[in-house]
Amino acid sequence: MATPKRPLSPFMIGPYYRPQITSMMSITHRLTGLLIALGGFGLAWWLLAASLGGESYAAFQACMGSLPGKAALFLVSAALVYHFLNGIRHLFWDAGRGFTLPQAYASGYTVIVLSVLLTAGLWWLALGGVA
Amino acid sequence: MSDLRHPLAQAKGLGSAKDGTGHWWAQRVSAIALAFLAPWFAIFAVGLIGADVDTVRAAIARPWCAALLSAFVLALFWHARLGLQVVVEDYIHGWKELALQLLIKFACALGAIVSLLAIGRIAFSA
Repeated sequence: MATPKRPLSPFMIGPYYRPQITSMMSITHRLTGLLIALGGFGLAWWLLAASLGGESYAAFQACMGSLPGKAALFLVSAALVYHFLNGIRHLFWDAGRGFTLPQAYASGYTVIVLSVLLTAGLWWLALGGVA
Repeated sequence: MSDLRHPLAQAKGLGSAKDGTGHWWAQRVSAIALAFLAPWFAIFAVGLIGADVDTVRAAIARPWCAALLSAFVLALFWHARLGLQVVVEDYIHGWKELALQLLIKFACALGAIVSLLAIGRIAFSA
């Protein structure tokens, strides 16, 4: 069978297909999932370093305390908050609820706003805990 | 005849992919577990920012913390494995797909094993 040259998902978004909040949030859900999976190995490193103690934990702390470390920590935490909230939105869809377009948009905006607020709250707690 | 499917196929309920709803369901089960465990972990981890290693080890060694942390790590790597598998299935094909699928399976299994052993070492040596 000849395969016609045609734009494939998700690469049709942009030049061929207008982005909407629903598709963008779906892609973001995958991207954040990918980030959290990488963060999972950071968690394994944290536990391993804590179990080894001494120099291993000092090296871990130095890495996380550096600017790239902090940036990675912020990205993964924001990804975790978004994926958590949007995941609950997905579970409601899986239960057959919230499928109408206005509902999907309303839950989408709710997830975005709550993601920003919760991430800010988490970092407010984190930075307050250090001081 | 309203259904062309063989009665045996219907009874097995595995569909054309011969995989049934196992993967889909496992992803939801792990998602529900994580919906409870992730907020707990976030609060637990934020409380340990900047703490010295002895404080961290003592916190992890507490029986309920060690148990919940183990559950979180297992659910996290299980959910990650299932999710990454679908992403690779969608966008990557050929030998690269096979290689990545194997890498994801092994890496997630190793991540979970390393984490569990580390939690065990801390909990049992406390």
